[in-house]
Amino acid sequence: MMSTSFTRRAVLTLAATAWLAGAPAAFAQQKLVPTQSEIGFVSKQMGVPVAGHFRKFDAQLAFDPAQPAAGKVAFTIDTGSATLGVPETDAELPKPVWFDVARFPQATFQSSAIKAVGPARYEVAGRLAIKGAEQTVQVPVALAQSGEHTTATGQFTIKRLAFKIGENEWADTSMVADDVQVKFKLVFTGMPKL
Amino acid sequence: MNRSLLPQPQASRYSVTAITLHWVLGLAIIAMLCMGWYMTGLGFSPQRLKLYNWHKWAGVTLLSLSLLRLLWRLTHRPPQLPDAVAAAMPRWQQWMHHGVHALMYLLFFLVPLLGWAYSSAAGFPIVFLGLLPLPDLLAVDKALADAIKPLHGWAAYALAALVLMHVAAALKHQWVDRDGLLMRMLPGRG
Repeated sequence: MMSTSFTRRAVLTLAATAWLAGAPAAFAQQKLVPTQSEIGFVSKQMGVPVAGHFRKFDAQLAFDPAQPAAGKVAFTIDTGSATLGVPETDAELPKPVWFDVARFPQATFQSSAIKAVGPARYEVAGRLAIKGAEQTVQVPVALAQSGEHTTATGQFTIKRLAFKIGENEWADTSMVADDVQVKFKLVFTGMPKL
Repeated sequence: MNRSLLPQPQASRYSVTAITLHWVLGLAIIAMLCMGWYMTGLGFSPQRLKLYNWHKWAGVTLLSLSLLRLLWRLTHRPPQLPDAVAAAMPRWQQWMHHGVHALMYLLFFLVPLLGWAYSSAAGFPIVFLGLLPLPDLLAVDKALADAIKPLHGWAAYALAALVLMHVAAALKHQWVDRDGLLMRMLPGRG
């Protein structure tokens, strides 16, 4: 009994591993369309919502709406591409107290689990790494398809101080709130039909 | 010069409300002009961010009080210049007297409205006291914001120049003409 059960489990595990390993190859044609995608953020300065965005980022996706749990998504963001649209402020963002672009040129996200929570709606759990700090985040994502394009939208909130974004005098949350809202719209090609 | 003129303190004083609004707003406007001049020279820092926000909150407050002041002025006739003072003023001074006051009233509104418009266009909406979001005067448009920014500054400098002329004229009446005209606007002597 024990050995049969063990063998079955081993076979299943092997099969699953093989499928997952094959997944990226199977979905290699899933690609981000950067020109139609946006990753933005809104922070509050003395109560004033200030919006910014990243100009440069990329995403890797292996996702089949029929098998959401087997899907994977990862993205990388060039921290040096952050802009608030104000030259004086943009000149500050790469500095060590903010993104420290020289030491940490990229922020990354790697999904660990995806589950469907409704029609075309998913909850993506994963690890977000910015400026050498890592946090687990839960990201709600909604998918919409039109022609060959699939658009993933969502937003979630992070605590900037957990990533040391804004240090020393800028750590004062009465000046810049700890909560930063991250909003994204990512357009992909090559995803199977919903 | 006109030493023969006697002070006429009582007959032609401004109302207590007008006097209060004049001094509160006068001092606040001078403080705001100094603040604006100082803060724009600061480097990127929490101090600069704080002063900019306080400046905006104060600007909105001054704009509201200026509206109150204008309404008061329109519904309460200010005292006429004493006949002796008016008679002693050459025509150009009479023109200046009216012109400077009219332009100052115009700028009481123009300066804060340009600041508010700039803030809106630049994408930094005003949140009064950090609590109450105020409506944007313009949609976000960086090019427009860049165009409005110097106008706010120039209008403020123009207001500063008018304030200087106003103060200089008042002091001239007090110390050179010695006609007691200033008494009309001084508190607590009615």
